[in-house]
Amino acid sequence: MSMRIKRRSAAYYRAMRRVRQFALGCLTALLLFYVLFPYYWAIVSSTKQGAELYNSVLLPALDFRHYKELFRDANFATSILNSLCVAIATTALSLGLGTLAAYALGRLNFPERRSLLLTVLMISIFPQVVVLSGMFELIRWFGLYNRVWSLVFAYLIFTLPFTTWVLTSFIREFPRELEEAAIMDGCSHWRILTSILLPLMGPALVSTGLLAFILAWNEFLFALTFTLTEGSRTVPVAIGLLAGNSRYEYPFGPIMAASVTVTLPLIVLVLFFQRKIVAGLTAGAVKG
Amino acid sequence: MRTKLERREHFSGLLFVAPLIAVLILVAGWPLARTLYFSFTDAYLDDSANHVLIGFRNFVDVAGDPVWWRAVRNTAIFTAISVAIETVLGLAIALLLHGAIPGRGLVRAAILVPWAMPVVVSTKIWEWMLNDQFGVVNRAIVGLGLADHGVAWVANGSLLLGVVIFIDVWMTTPFMVLLILAGLQILPEEIFEAAEVDGIPWWKRLWSITLPLLAPTIGVAVLFRVLDALRMFDLAYVLAGANVNAMTMSIYARDRLINNQELGVGSAASTMVFLLIALVAIFIVGAMRLDRSGAAER
Repeated sequence: MSMRIKRRSAAYYRAMRRVRQFALGCLTALLLFYVLFPYYWAIVSSTKQGAELYNSVLLPALDFRHYKELFRDANFATSILNSLCVAIATTALSLGLGTLAAYALGRLNFPERRSLLLTVLMISIFPQVVVLSGMFELIRWFGLYNRVWSLVFAYLIFTLPFTTWVLTSFIREFPRELEEAAIMDGCSHWRILTSILLPLMGPALVSTGLLAFILAWNEFLFALTFTLTEGSRTVPVAIGLLAGNSRYEYPFGPIMAASVTVTLPLIVLVLFFQRKIVAGLTAGAVKG
Repeated sequence: MRTKLERREHFSGLLFVAPLIAVLILVAGWPLARTLYFSFTDAYLDDSANHVLIGFRNFVDVAGDPVWWRAVRNTAIFTAISVAIETVLGLAIALLLHGAIPGRGLVRAAILVPWAMPVVVSTKIWEWMLNDQFGVVNRAIVGLGLADHGVAWVANGSLLLGVVIFIDVWMTTPFMVLLILAGLQILPEEIFEAAEVDGIPWWKRLWSITLPLLAPTIGVAVLFRVLDALRMFDLAYVLAGANVNAMTMSIYARDRLINNQELGVGSAASTMVFLLIALVAIFIVGAMRLDRSGAAER
């Protein structure tokens, strides 16, 4: 009697497990669709021409005219170059200054440390619009208005606190024994940082740098406010301000082509460095 | 001897953070101070050197502007609803990804895609998908027979804020998922195994074990998201410009400052944004502390 019940319950559990697996599979598929479909649809739309754009064929038409036009457009090429220069310069500066500060904040004992860390954290959650008028004045004083370099300057307000914070939590993770021998030998802090810690910090610098790069690449408010002419725009502003000749002729095809183009390198980077990016994102938030 | 070593460490510490402090004073401290100062003047952007102090008149001006209060209301609604949805959805997806599901690595990579896309690009893509005549969403709705004609998602003012929330949920839920997933991974497995062996149903395990243990992680994630949502600018601006139906506090301040050239009034509005966000931050951090000390007493 009890054997029969057991057998039945085993089959019941097996069936339940199968139902569960099926439900989870469906949920996963739904999630993938939700997350990926918009980008897929942008690719599809970017290869359609004229009236094709307005049908809802789900496959790309593979007509790359929008892309050819896009790359022939000097302004778009300039804005990509602007974005690259700004993002790379901002990232390099923030990593350099951030590493220096992170060493002191993560390793050295000095009374101002806690309040400084708190200030850095507070600046990183600053609403950017608050510094807009002061920054505007400063940039005009420096004669940087409508120059892309003004953005490197402005972007440091959010990338530098971010890199400092994340690198500090990375440096705290390293075992102290690494430097103890060097301290015994009377090594300077500069030597400890450059010869012992820095060679080990490669992965941390890559993940922090990628995140800073993405932050700078995607920024919109400062880029919109501190540049005026097409030649000094960054990619987000160029796409944001791309409009047709009239409101009835909204150029969705070219906009989708531009969107796909500027997002592709980011997606490749993110997929390639997936683990590092997640490590950098969570190092700052969870352990902090 | 010890004090000498300590003094040396103090000195080197300050030396290493000096560049950081210098840059932060230049790009954050000084501009912030100037914004505060300008908010008490009648300055205009084209000739900012020529101004006089006028006390609190700019603040009175902003506080008397119904558009400002509309922007405050929009921002509050946007923040409350989008962060709530993102937290629940993020928790659900994180729990799904934490379990053994087919293709977990693929999903984990895919979830980063919306997060990595520039906000402007995501907004443009959704604007196209939600286009009232040719958008794929309306085509699907009509094709499935859910409605006779498409819905004017973006053109209809009353739906605009809902669309902004919808797009924001799509863009930022991945961030929530990653943070909650990282929090899940450091929880001790044994508790869950013990509960499962004891035959406790999954919803009870979720409610009484997982959620309380995750509370600090979720708290930090919510804090970050709320502060980020309160300063939101790009999404609503790209979708609707300075349309009052989706205007946020940041859009209002920038509109007064740049488009109207009112440096004084714009700075006052920015200062009010700053104060409001600081107030919310203090409130949330206080609530989290209370929660933690309460849990410790128990």
